[in-house]
Amino acid sequence: MDIHKRWHAPLLSVIIFGLFLGIWYLATVPKEAAVIVDEEYAKLVGAAAATGSKTAVPNPTAVAVKLWEHIKDPFYDRGTNDKGIGIQLGYSIGRVLVGFFLAAVLAIPLGFVIGMSPLLYKALDPFIQVLKPISPLAWMPLALYTIQDSNTSSIFVIFICSLWPMLINTAFGVASVRKDWLNVARTLEVSPLRTAFQVILPAAAPTIMTGMRISVGIAWLVIVAAEMLVGGTGIGYFVWNEWNNLSISNIINAILLIGLVGMVLDAILNRLAKAVTYKE
Amino acid sequence: MSAFDNPFDPNNQLSQGCSCGQHANQAEHDHAKAMDVRDLEDRAVEGAIMRAVFPHDETRRHFLKAVGAGTALAALSTLFPFGVAKEAFAEVGGKIEKTKLKVGFIPITCATPIIMAHPLGFYSKQGLDVEVVKTAGWALVRDKAISKEYDAAHMLSPMPLAISLGVGSNKIPWTMPAVENINGQAITLAMKHKDKRDPKDWKGFKFAVPFDFSMHNYLLRYYLAEHGLDPDKDVQIRSVPPPEMVANLRADNIDGFLAPDPVNQRAVFDGVGFIHILSKEIWDGHPCCAFSASKEFVTTMPNTYQALLKAIIEATAYARKQENRKEIAAAIATPNYLNQPVTVVEQVLTGTFADGLGGIHKVPDRIDFDPFPWQSFAIWIMTQMKRWGQIKGDIDYQKVASEVFLATDATRLMKEAGLTPPTSNSKKFFVMKKEFDPALPEQYIASFPIRSV
Repeated sequence: MDIHKRWHAPLLSVIIFGLFLGIWYLATVPKEAAVIVDEEYAKLVGAAAATGSKTAVPNPTAVAVKLWEHIKDPFYDRGTNDKGIGIQLGYSIGRVLVGFFLAAVLAIPLGFVIGMSPLLYKALDPFIQVLKPISPLAWMPLALYTIQDSNTSSIFVIFICSLWPMLINTAFGVASVRKDWLNVARTLEVSPLRTAFQVILPAAAPTIMTGMRISVGIAWLVIVAAEMLVGGTGIGYFVWNEWNNLSISNIINAILLIGLVGMVLDAILNRLAKAVTYKE
Repeated sequence: MSAFDNPFDPNNQLSQGCSCGQHANQAEHDHAKAMDVRDLEDRAVEGAIMRAVFPHDETRRHFLKAVGAGTALAALSTLFPFGVAKEAFAEVGGKIEKTKLKVGFIPITCATPIIMAHPLGFYSKQGLDVEVVKTAGWALVRDKAISKEYDAAHMLSPMPLAISLGVGSNKIPWTMPAVENINGQAITLAMKHKDKRDPKDWKGFKFAVPFDFSMHNYLLRYYLAEHGLDPDKDVQIRSVPPPEMVANLRADNIDGFLAPDPVNQRAVFDGVGFIHILSKEIWDGHPCCAFSASKEFVTTMPNTYQALLKAIIEATAYARKQENRKEIAAAIATPNYLNQPVTVVEQVLTGTFADGLGGIHKVPDRIDFDPFPWQSFAIWIMTQMKRWGQIKGDIDYQKVASEVFLATDATRLMKEAGLTPPTSNSKKFFVMKKEFDPALPEQYIASFPIRSV
C-alpha cells in the first residue's frame, strides 16, 4: 500500500470523530434564558431550572472534565457504595472471566464429545436449540432465587450466556474436520486419543476460538445489564448509581469505558485465534 | 429463684407468667423480656446482691413486705453501689452474636436514619460494624433480605406485612420494629400540567409509584379516589424504581408520580416537574419507610437485633431535631449514600424548598422522624391492600399487626433515646379528613364508594 493511502483511513476516522463532537456541541448549546426567577429561588434549583428550562444533556467539555476526574483517580474507595471506576471495571472483568472460564471448561470438552458422536449431536440438539435463544437475563430471577447470592448469580448468568456459542462452535468444528485427515490418521493406525488431540483439536481450533470470541463478547454485553439489576459492585452498578444521580456525563464516560474494555477483550481473543489459524 | 426475676417484688413467686400485663400476649412478653438485655443484667445484679444479703428467700420476702421495695432498694443502695455493679456487669454481658452486619437501603431520604447511622457513628457506638449497601429496587431489597444476604433492611412499611402475609412473595414471618420516617413524600407533576391542579382533570394520566406494596401506591389511590377517579380505570399507575422516575418524567413517559424524596425535589432541581402537594396534606403523620428484619433474625440474634434497633432509634431521635437536619443532609448526600446534590437533600430535610413553580415554601415537618410502629398503621395498610384487591379473603388484622409491627422494643428504646413513646399501640387518625378506627377495618373498607372489592 502507498504511504499516502495508509493515512487515509485514520484521517477519515479523525474527521468523523470531529464531526460527531461538533454536532454534539452544537446540539447542547444552552438556549437563551427565557424566564429569570428571583435569586433566592435560583439558589435552590439547578442552573437550567432557574431559567425556566430542563437540565440538558451535557456538552463534550463537561464529559471530558468528568473523564479526566475518573482517569486521575480510578481506584479510590470511599465506602461500600462509592468506589472508583477502575475498581468497578475490575469487578466486572473478574465476573466475566470467572463465568467465561467455567463455561469454557464445560463447553469445550462437551462440544468435543458431541462433535465426535453424531448420535449425541442429534440427541442433545433439541435441548441446545431451546436453551440457546434464552436471554441470559431471563435466568436472573431464577438464579437469585435458587443460588441466593447476587454475586454468584451474576457469574452464573455469564456462565450460561457464554456456554452456547462455545459449545456449538466446538461441536461444529470437531464435526467438520476434513474426512481425508481422519482417514490418513486411521491408515497410519494412530490411536483415537492421539487423533483427537493431534488431528481434530488443531483442525477445529480456529472454529473453537471463534466460539470463544463470540462468547466473551456476549458475556461483556450481559454483565453490564446483570449488574444494573443486582447492584452492589461493577460497572453496571456504576451506571445505575449515576443514573440515580441523573449524571449523564458519568454515564457517557461509563459507556465509553465499557466499549474500550469490550474492544480489548475481543482483541485478545482475536490474537489467540490468529495464533491457532492454519492455511490449508 | 431465677437470676432474672425482680427480687424487689414481694409477690413474685418467680414463675414465668405474664405478670406485667403490658404485652399483647405471653409470647410477646417473653420476647420482650428476652430482648431486654440491660434490664435483665440489672435484675441479675440486684438479685445477686439480694441473695447475698438475704440468704433465705423467706427472710427477703418478709423484709420487702414490711418496708416496701422502694425503701429496701434505697436502704441497700446506701450499703452497696448498685449503679456501679450494674455498669460493670453491662460491660461484659449482653454479648452481640454477630458484629459484622449488612443492611440494605434504597437511596431515598426515607432511609435517613439507616444511612446516617453509618457516617455519624450510631452503629459503631453500639459496637456494630454495619455495612450499609445501596440497592437497586424494592423487589431486590426484599429478595436479598429473604436470602439473608442482608441481615436487616430498609423497606416500605407495607412490605413486612406483605411478606408475612405471603402476598407477592413467599410467606415468611417478617417484622418491623421501627418506622423510619413519617410524611416526606409528594405528588409531582410534569411541568406541562402546571395549570391542571385539580385531580378531576387527571383522567388518562400515567402515574408512577415506587412499588405495588408502598404507602405511595395507597396514598395516591386514596387521593385519586377521594376526587372521584377510579385508580384502576381512569388513570394508569405503574411501579417504577425511584431513580428512574425523574428520567421518565423528563422523557414524558409519565405525567407525574407520588414518590419518595429526594425524587420530587430532584425533579424540581432539574426543571422537569413541580410539587403538586406534599403527602402530609393527604395524611399528616403517615408512616412511609421502615426498618425491618426477619423474625428469624430477631429471635436467633436477640442481642444483635437489640443493638441494631437501638442504633436506629437513636439515629431517628437525632434526625427528629430540626437543628441537626443540615448536618445530616451533608452527611448522606455524598456519592456513597444518596448521591444527590446537597441542596436537594437539604431542602427535603429542612422543609424550606422550591416548589418548581417559582415559589419557596417553609414546611418544617415536610419530613419527620418517629420510630413508633403504630399497629393501627398496619391495620390501615391492610385495609388498603384489601380495598385494592392485593389481598383477598378474611384476615385477622389485629393479630398480623401485632406480630409484624413490634411495638414493645421500640417503646423501651425510644425512652432510652430521650423520646416519648405513646402509651397505647393503636390510635385513630384522619386521612383526608376521614376518620380511621382501627377497631372497625371491614366497615372502613366498605365505606369507600371506589374500591375493587
